[in-house]
Amino acid sequence: MSLNQATRVAVLLSIGQHPVTARARRADQDARALELALQLNHADVIPLHVGQLNEHNEAALRSYLGMGISQIKLIGNSDILLGLEQGVRESQANIVLCGSRAETGEGSGLVPYLLAKKLGWPIVSGLVSIEKLDQGSATLLQALPRGQRRKLKVSLPAVLAVDPAAAVARQSAFGPAQRGAITPQKLSSIEAVSGAEVKHNSALHSFLWQFQPAKKRPKRLKIIKATSARDRFKAAAAKADASGGKVLQGVSADDAANEIIKLLLEESVLNLDGHL
Amino acid sequence: MLNQILPLLIFGALLLAVVGGVRRIRLWRNGRPSDVPIMAGLAALPRRYLVDLHHVVARDKYISNTHVATGGGFVAAAILAILVHGLQLNSQILAWALLAATTSMFVGALFVAKRRVQPPERLSKGPWMRLPKSLLAFSIGFFLVTLPVTGLVPAVLGAWVLALILSVLIIWGLGEMFFGMTWGGPMKHAFAGALHLAFHRRAERFNGGRSTGLKPLHFDDQQQPLGVEKPSEFTWNQLLGFDACVQCGRCEAMCPAFAAGQPLNPKKLIQDMVVGLAGGSDAAYAGSPYPGKPLGEHQGGPFASIIAREGQGLLDAETLWSCTTCRACVEECPMMIEHVDAIVDMRRHLTLERGQTPNKGAEVIDNLIATDNPNGFNPASRMNWAADLALPVLSDVKRTDVLLWMGDGAFDMRNQRSLRALVKILRAAKVDFAVLGNEERDSGDVARRLGDEATFQSLAKRNITTLAQYSFRSIVTCDPHSFHVLKNEYSDFGGQYVVYHHSTFINHLRQTGKLNFAPYKGGSVTYHDPCYLGRYNGEYDAPRDLLAAAGIQVIEMERSGFRSRCCGGGGGAPITDIPGKQRIPDMRMEDIKQTGAEIVAVGCPQCTAMLEGVVDPRPEVLDIAEIIAKQLVEAEEAA
Repeated sequence: MSLNQATRVAVLLSIGQHPVTARARRADQDARALELALQLNHADVIPLHVGQLNEHNEAALRSYLGMGISQIKLIGNSDILLGLEQGVRESQANIVLCGSRAETGEGSGLVPYLLAKKLGWPIVSGLVSIEKLDQGSATLLQALPRGQRRKLKVSLPAVLAVDPAAAVARQSAFGPAQRGAITPQKLSSIEAVSGAEVKHNSALHSFLWQFQPAKKRPKRLKIIKATSARDRFKAAAAKADASGGKVLQGVSADDAANEIIKLLLEESVLNLDGHL
Repeated sequence: MLNQILPLLIFGALLLAVVGGVRRIRLWRNGRPSDVPIMAGLAALPRRYLVDLHHVVARDKYISNTHVATGGGFVAAAILAILVHGLQLNSQILAWALLAATTSMFVGALFVAKRRVQPPERLSKGPWMRLPKSLLAFSIGFFLVTLPVTGLVPAVLGAWVLALILSVLIIWGLGEMFFGMTWGGPMKHAFAGALHLAFHRRAERFNGGRSTGLKPLHFDDQQQPLGVEKPSEFTWNQLLGFDACVQCGRCEAMCPAFAAGQPLNPKKLIQDMVVGLAGGSDAAYAGSPYPGKPLGEHQGGPFASIIAREGQGLLDAETLWSCTTCRACVEECPMMIEHVDAIVDMRRHLTLERGQTPNKGAEVIDNLIATDNPNGFNPASRMNWAADLALPVLSDVKRTDVLLWMGDGAFDMRNQRSLRALVKILRAAKVDFAVLGNEERDSGDVARRLGDEATFQSLAKRNITTLAQYSFRSIVTCDPHSFHVLKNEYSDFGGQYVVYHHSTFINHLRQTGKLNFAPYKGGSVTYHDPCYLGRYNGEYDAPRDLLAAAGIQVIEMERSGFRSRCCGGGGGAPITDIPGKQRIPDMRMEDIKQTGAEIVAVGCPQCTAMLEGVVDPRPEVLDIAEIIAKQLVEAEEAA
């Protein structure tokens, strides 16, 4: 690999939440994103976190440092999206690596897309590994259902959202975690967000939202007619049938939307009055 | 003629010995400081050597008698030789005493030589094969040159051939015994060993005491490294301790990991540390290697990483992770070297600085941090096992006589049976007891043995804070690991408790007449001593007394009591899971089968799990509480 300039990889690190005890921890997917970044040769890794540092989340943030990075840039007092955009731009990164979905807060999974839109960069979701970095492009492996993989070539800069199937993050070591620095960043254009707006956003979390464990969705019953163990195994291992599906190409946005509504009505996801 | 050169030879050898001693001391002083009392240690030295050390050596009568004759003879002969031949004191009494001393040494040396005819596997060869000859040379040489002084033979032995032979013997003897003592020869064990006893890091072990709790890391102390990366990061008296090794291999003969073919040999580990402190390679080592690791590939120095980040270092990480911390090596070591401390020190570096805890280690540590138990169970479900028992919980009752520490076995369906049996016994004896319930956390044992001192201290401090809220007289637990940690390791963080293993406590209940047993009708029983109850805490009798009182005659295994073989479950070994040729629990089950017993009584959830993991057919594994609970006759019913 001959690169005139080292690739600069911004890794977005959020505060995670343990699924059983709800204790703050390094977010699993973000840690995997950092792992992917650390495994790149000749890449500068720039870890970013937007948020306030406090006693509840410091240990969680430090456990990223324990993976072997010397500092995390902290962008405080900001809307997450604006802070990330500014942070990425000022770090002059050409790759953004992040998890697909936060473990706390809304967890909508939209941040990578919104950030890519703001930056005007392409986004790849379901990243499992970065195979090769070239001048201006990267060869990636994307996760598909049932363990399938798709090789992609994407032009840089790009936002890459990591799939939970990516390599497990390395162990976090106590020593480096304690010694690493969490350095607050002064961003030039961050004043654009008023303090009131930030307050409003955090108020959203603390007052208006109620959190409860997600219920498991009912599973569609699969009628297995198999009579032998071999048939049952085949049925279990077979790919889902794509029967009944329709591939639409070259249709207008309205037609496409109508098709989707029709399907949702058929599946009783939507009522006739159009409410979810 | 010989009379003229003898003083030169003796004082020359002494001078070289002093120079070598200073060089050796400088090597030890590469280590970190340690706050052992110097003068008090030196003052205690004779007693530590003559009583405590010989107490261990005397387990092998042959070698202890041999050592008394040889070592005692040498010390006396050396001092007398300096007086008689070095300073040329013309005293008949001294000369006769010197004859007696060299005779004693000669006889001892013959027995050393006999042991070396067909030495057992555990002994190191190489320079050690030369030692009996050197001992003989020294004793014969000085015996013969002393004869004329006593006037027994005329001093006409000046015939030059004889003088030449005598000189050779004496130079050889002096070379090995004086020069070799401080320049790395086999006699180094006398010099380093004596000082090691004086400056031992666990002075409590002498005078029949016990000191088994690991020493804490002080995270506030910026000077203290997180564990040991280089030999120079051991304390100086640890380095000195390594140098004291006589390579007798008793540790090797006892080590379960070595027997299982895992890449660990405690003797080689200590010798590697000696290589590390002096610099060089392990090619000259003349004992059994780590299974599967050829000699000559590893090297190190005082300031080089012991586990290399790249390439070969002094040893491989899997050597450290093979240890079950069963302390069999420490128990057996006649030099009272602390192998387990050194291993945990090096593990601390790997875990705290490098994040390289192998296999399931990282997952277990993450679970301990996030859920306070190693398997990631919901901490709010710790009491689920006792849903039908209506156990009093301390957060309700606030005070109790006995706090029943459940341990992580509360999550394990097998151990829940033992816990239920224990509850049944406590209720039968009308003990006022309560549990912490969901407020209990892992004791931190596994985290600490895996080298994660930070997580251990976090768990320990939080447990101590919880315990401080309530009033209780003693803690009873059926887990020897929790027992050891609560009893011996929490005190460094301000937690002082009276802790009993359940076997001790039940035995006490029996002695005070609170329990009645029906006649035993079950199968024959053998008893497996858990390391953390036996070697760590010296409790060998209570479980045996208890079983005997219940009418059970215990058939002892060959390796029982302080020589009990580990089940393989300690020190996080099942988590790091280093492959060997066979499994440690399988070997232990072989020991059990050899007694012909139908039941093996255990007193530890780890031992239960490891021994029950052995495939059938095998003896049944029952916790001591289960056996006793079955024998109980409720007082009312009996009356």
